[in-house]
This record gives sequence, C-alpha cells and structure tokens, in this order.
Amino acid sequence: MALLELRDISKHFGAIQALAGVSFGLEPGEVVGLMGDNGAGKSTLVKIMAGNFPPSEGHLYLEGKEVHFHKPVEARYHGIEVVYQDLALCDNLTAAANIFLGREIKRRLGPLKVVDHVAMFSRAGELFQELKSETRPRDLVRQMSGGQRQAVAIARTRLTDAKIVLMDEPTAAISVRQVAEVLDLIRRLKDKGIAIILISHRMPDVFSVCDRVIVMRRGHKVADKSIDTSSPEEVTGLITGAIEAA
Amino acid sequence: MSNVDVSEVTRQREMGPLASALNTQPFWVLLAILIISVVMSFLTETFMSENNLFNMTRNFAFMGIIALGMTAVIITAGIDLSVGSVMGLSGVVLGLVLEGGNPVWFGLIACLLTAMATGFVNGVLIAYLNLSPFVVTLGMLSIARSLALVVSNNKMVYQFGPQEDLFLRIGGGTVLGIANPVWVLIIMTVIFSFLLRMTTWGRYVYAIGGNEQAARLTGVPVERIKVSVYMLCSVTAGISAFLMVGWLGSVTNALGITYELRVIAATVIGGANLMGGQGFALGAPIGAALVEVIRNSLLLAGVDPYWQGTFVGAFIILAVLLEKVRGKRGG
Repeated sequence: MALLELRDISKHFGAIQALAGVSFGLEPGEVVGLMGDNGAGKSTLVKIMAGNFPPSEGHLYLEGKEVHFHKPVEARYHGIEVVYQDLALCDNLTAAANIFLGREIKRRLGPLKVVDHVAMFSRAGELFQELKSETRPRDLVRQMSGGQRQAVAIARTRLTDAKIVLMDEPTAAISVRQVAEVLDLIRRLKDKGIAIILISHRMPDVFSVCDRVIVMRRGHKVADKSIDTSSPEEVTGLITGAIEAA
Repeated sequence: MSNVDVSEVTRQREMGPLASALNTQPFWVLLAILIISVVMSFLTETFMSENNLFNMTRNFAFMGIIALGMTAVIITAGIDLSVGSVMGLSGVVLGLVLEGGNPVWFGLIACLLTAMATGFVNGVLIAYLNLSPFVVTLGMLSIARSLALVVSNNKMVYQFGPQEDLFLRIGGGTVLGIANPVWVLIIMTVIFSFLLRMTTWGRYVYAIGGNEQAARLTGVPVERIKVSVYMLCSVTAGISAFLMVGWLGSVTNALGITYELRVIAATVIGGANLMGGQGFALGAPIGAALVEVIRNSLLLAGVDPYWQGTFVGAFIILAVLLEKVRGKRGG
C-alpha cells in the first residue's frame, strides 16, 4: 500500500486547467523528483498535497484512507510537512523560535503557561545534531547562510514525526557547497524512512538524490520512471515537449 | 561535509547575556539619559532636586504607558496614530460617567471599554480588510477626536461625582514618595516584558513583524493577534487618560492632543523598529524618559521652549540612524 496516493487529481482556476488527471503513489523512504517547466503544474500539485487548496476533482489517499485538506495545518496534522521555496522563516527570530513557531513548547509558571526557551533551544540543538548541520539554535536567522536556513526549515519538519516532506526548490539560489549540505539533509530524511517530493529545476540534484522522477507538462503527468532508467537528456526532452511521453 | 562533532557548534552562543544587553538600543539610550543627567546636575541646582525628579517621572509615565502598547503595535510592523485622540475620547467618557454620579470603578470600566472599542475597530479594519495601519489610525485620529467633541459638547468636566476624592488621589497621589502613574508604568512594563518574552502571544507578535506570510503558513492566528495588539494599544491610551484626568482634575475634548507624536518618538527612541520585528518593553519607559529629560533640561537650561520640538525631532532621527548603524554591524 502506498503511503500517499493521488488519483485523477485535476484543478482548474476559472477557465485555466492547472492540473489534468494526475495520479501517482509515494512509498515510505522514497525520494521523488518533480520536474517541469514554469506553469507545468508542479506548485499547484504540491499545494494540493500541502492542503493550501482542495483539488477540483480526484482523490487523495493517505495510507489507504481518503483525506480532505482545507488548510495547511490539516495536512501537517496528517504528517505532511512542507519546506516552502521562500522558506517561510522569520529573519528576526532565532533558529529555535522559527522551528517551534506555531507549536511552542510551554511550561507551567504558577497558574500561567509560558514558553519554555530552554527546552526549545535544547530540542532544536538535538534536531540540528541529528541532521548533522552546524547551525546554532540561538542564532538569528538573519545572520545565517542559505544552507543553514534550509537546515532550519528542514529541522522544522522533524519536530513531529512527519511521514512526507514536500520541498519546493530547496537548492535554488544557494552556493555549491550549501547545495551539497542540503542534499545531505535530504538523504538523512530518507534514511529515516520519510518520503520526499523534491521540486527542482536543477537536474544534477534530482539525479543525485532521487529514486524516481515525475515530469509534468501543461498540467499533465508525462513521465513517471525510475532514475536508473532515465537520463538528464530524456528528462529535458520531456520537460520541453521534444519527447512526447515516457 | 566534515565530521566534526556538531554538538560543539549547536551549543554555542553568539554572545553572552551581557554582550547582548550592550547591543540593544535601550541600553544606549539609558546611557544618554545618565550623561545628560550628570551634566545637568552640574549646570543647574534644580535638575536633581526631589521636586524636579518627581515631576519628570510623573510626566513621562503618561507617555511611557502608551509607549508600551505602541511598542507591541510597532513590532508587528504597524503604527497607531490614534492614541492621542483615544485618550481624548475615553477621558471625556470617563469624566461624563463620573459626573453622572457613578463610582470610580464604573468610570474606569467605561473609559477602558471606550478605548478598547476604538482599538477593536482599528484592528479589524487593519487585520481583516487589509487596510494600511497608517491610514486606518489616521482616520481614527480624526474620528475619535470628533466623537470626543460630540460627546462632551465642547464642555469641560471638573466634577467627578461621589468618589471624586478617590479618583483624584489615584491619578494625582503618591505611594512611597513616587507618583502613582509611575507605579502603574513600572507594573505595566513588567507585564509587557512578560507578555512579549514569555508567552506565545509575544512570540507571534514578533513573528508577524518579521515575516507575516511565514507566520500565517506556520499556523499563527495572524488576524486575531493583530486585533489584540491594536486593542491593547488603545487600552494603554485609556489607562493613561484615566490617570491623567485624575491628576489634572478636569477634562476637555482636547486631552492628549499631539500625544501620538511624542509616544511614537518614545517608542522609536526606545528601540522599536518601524519596519517591524524588533522592540523591547523596557524601551518604552526608557524612550519616554529620554524625551522628558531633554524637554526638562532645555527648560532648566533656559533655552527658549520653542526649540523643544527641534530637539525631540532630532533625537528621533538620531535613534533611527543609530539603529541602522547597529543593524549593519550585526550583519
């Protein structure tokens, strides 16, 4: 049984058909690259899985049970975490504060409930150690490198036992060394049995960490195959339409 | 990636507690206050006199109380221009309710509810209709002042009913030689520090100012928090009005005119960043103190009072400049 299954997912905004009958399954510990040109429907697909909006038609199954998400919080509750393209971090807060934003650890102080800074710093430290990232929980995100910011965004998904992590262009706009760090982070998540959907424009990244690649074109899924049986040339052809489908 | 023990790194701090205190604006403003005070104590005999210190602390208490609420608003990257008018409206309502023969507690509640209602209107328009805080609160500045005129019929209220003595004692009296408004300021500063640092509400206020979209995506109830912040700010204006009317012994619809300017000045000087995401509860009383110390020093030094606005304005610009310089150094 697939961890997550999409069946005939369609989405239209007014007259615009963003997605047309997309189906695929996702197994635990599987890293799937989602590729396609701008406007191919990748982001719409991710937003449906993340609960930003429901599909116009089609069904979503999580561990065999049908689910309906209306808000991102509901998807998160079901173990689907998203690392957004712009990272959705608050520059003015510490790494730990960002990780726990919206689900702070609290402790009792007499009749009051207050945020437990110590517990959050130490838990954030553990998460960074687990991810083997040299990021300090007390540092402000403003002072961090692109790679460290990714580590913060990814550490956030480790707070709960997420089963699926959706990553939107995590390696765009960061240095080569930091890209290597982020790919390492992805491998660590995979080792823990987490399924990952990686949206990326960078062919080398997809071919170095993904097990499978799904190619989207104009709202249709045009390919869904194992990385071993594909090549960057073929994927490029599928994205541009030079190759019809595979 | 290297194999060094990352636990070494994850436990490090950028700087110790002392160094981080030195890096905050309230600290430098406090230093400026101390320097001015020392200089003034040599230049004049009156500056350090008990009487002058008493008056100064009481004067900035009214401003500092509202600056606390304003700090929360500014941290969310908002602004509230209506606080002066809200003082006027809630002060007039307070006066009329007491004049009508009601007890003080009833007057206080009427005063705070009036303030809260204006803050609620501000907050709803800003958070739910997505209007600019500047425009909404500018509108409220005009509306609340006009309502104060309507309600008071442009008459002065100077009789405060059966509990008049108690009412005047609360605003104008002292405890242990310190004016009551100053005590209120101290207690409220402690409460605001606690709220901003120790509660999820405070965490969300900072998060909204840092990246509103990110806050929303992580499940922060952005709209509700914003409404609460504007209501709280208006309530601080109501509290200040309650104390000030008791101290003055009378109230007209002109109560608190141009106060918004001084409050925003105190807040910015105290280290709140108008771009949002930054500010300290402790900055409110310290910023207010600097504004008052400058005003007082110029008076005692015999400088023509017409110059006051120039100096206060210069300090606002200086504070923003200082913030910018420190921001660059911090990377």
